[in-house]
Amino acid sequence: MRNVAAIAQRELRSYFASPMAYIIIGFFMLPFGVFFFLYLRSFVSQSMQMAQFGGAMNLNQQVIRYVLQNASVIILFIMPMITMRTYSEEKRSGTIELLLTSPVSDAEIILGKFIGALGLYAAMLAVTLLYIGILFVWGRPEWKPLVAGYLGLLLMGGAFVSIGLLISSTTNNQIVAGVVTFVVFLMLWIIGWFADSAGPVIGPITSFLSITEHFDDFAKGIIDTKHVIYYLSLITLGLFLTSKSVDTERWRG
Amino acid sequence: MIEVQHVSKRYGRVTAVDDVSFRVEPGEILGFLGPNGAGKTTTMRILTGYMPASEGRATVAGYDVFTHPIEAKRRTGYLPETPPLYPDMTVREYLDFVARIKGVPSGERRTRVDTVMQRTHVDDMASRHCGKLSKGYRQRVGLAQAIIHNPDVLILDEPTAGLDPKQIIETRDLIRSLAGNHTIVLSTHILPEVAQTCQRVVIINKGRVVAVDTPDNLTARLRGAETLYVQVDAAGADPAAALAAVPGVTRVAPADQRPTPGAFEVESERGRDVRRELAHTIVTRGWGLLELRPMRMSLEEVFLQVTTEELPPETHALSEGEARVEGEAPRA
Repeated sequence: MRNVAAIAQRELRSYFASPMAYIIIGFFMLPFGVFFFLYLRSFVSQSMQMAQFGGAMNLNQQVIRYVLQNASVIILFIMPMITMRTYSEEKRSGTIELLLTSPVSDAEIILGKFIGALGLYAAMLAVTLLYIGILFVWGRPEWKPLVAGYLGLLLMGGAFVSIGLLISSTTNNQIVAGVVTFVVFLMLWIIGWFADSAGPVIGPITSFLSITEHFDDFAKGIIDTKHVIYYLSLITLGLFLTSKSVDTERWRG
Repeated sequence: MIEVQHVSKRYGRVTAVDDVSFRVEPGEILGFLGPNGAGKTTTMRILTGYMPASEGRATVAGYDVFTHPIEAKRRTGYLPETPPLYPDMTVREYLDFVARIKGVPSGERRTRVDTVMQRTHVDDMASRHCGKLSKGYRQRVGLAQAIIHNPDVLILDEPTAGLDPKQIIETRDLIRSLAGNHTIVLSTHILPEVAQTCQRVVIINKGRVVAVDTPDNLTARLRGAETLYVQVDAAGADPAAALAAVPGVTRVAPADQRPTPGAFEVESERGRDVRRELAHTIVTRGWGLLELRPMRMSLEEVFLQVTTEELPPETHALSEGEARVEGEAPRA
């Protein structure tokens, strides 16, 4: 565990030592802020109509839910930037030789890198709480669905990170890793679009495969064990395949 | 301390290392010599547990590097060909990180980092980012990294590459000072380095071990017999037969280095000095003796010979104890 912490810390430090972390967080905050502004504005104008005609308004369901759903798509675009360098850069620069010849197991290295990347992602999510804070200052949203939403984002991010790690471990070119990761994430997102038109057999399968589809319930504030298990198993699978990939590379040399 | 038994490494159809075996005794410095692509780095990577061997066994400090990798790695320090530095960390941060993953207890980390920075003379760069260091400093930080957990075994892949002459001398001194407490394997293709720092040399070519001996024995052994270079002004006569008739002379051949008329390589029986008789023979016949000197093979020539052709058959017959130890001054 000591080694995992050391490696995770080094990963995090290297994100923040370079402009990378700030660029990633900035790139995330900008569209997130636009979506937040748009949904909040339409919520405000709607609530003024509602004040005249009567009817219930809900910040959680009409602002936070949509903002988080859109955030899940922005994350899909941002995540390759976080994971692309994890392994490929170490392979390119040769520092992987240090890790693989140190008394550290493959699992510890992979877990350290996973936690490091997830740490940056969590920091990125934490900054968005500033926006949510505004809602708490001027309105009265419920905190429980909010927690569910952020838990969902974390789980979904974990699944993205583990797939990104896997792809990064197969190449020593971080641009290749980034592009492939991006395309894979994109496929995992748009595969859900076929769900409605694909018929009774393939439809449920495609919507099951879509990573972002499983997030919808979390955005609504529902923690469904089905989705939790889906994400956790995806994370496990990704990390397991990464360890196999690292081992294969070792034999190939 | 290190034992390599019949280790082979194949990448698909390419054999990088072919049935390599050698031992390194505790406290010894072993030089690993070979042309580029001979399999030096691959062998070192197998020893450090970076990659498994296709066949054979390697043990470090009594631990099999394949079945007990963590135990073996804990006792091994490794400087790869390119020092594995993280460009965005300062030297101190980097060494602290390495100390952590090498298992140095947290209480001792600071003093260990300070000690190795002083020993490798990088303390003046402690807060410089690794990415901004010159080649010489990078190499020394790499060395600092390798010794930070005070390992029993040090594996150094070309430790003096890219250093200036002063730094090379400092690094060699450092490596020599580490011997005794550490068992060291270092690879290089700089031959004087082997003669100056190593007690034993393994010469490897095309994945195979072609010679294992002390640097002195290697130069003596390869020479086979005592060889003299003789140049005679015989005034038209052929002196070869006359030279061969001198008692103790076993072979006379034209000197092939410089095809000069009258220049010969004269081999004699081991331990027998025929210079006096040779000179006498030449002078009494009225010829001019222009040059008479013993021929020595430098380590460079030994190296070229063993890596480009098979060893001459008679050298195999010589036992190591029999070979005369000779202090050939290496060309720096």
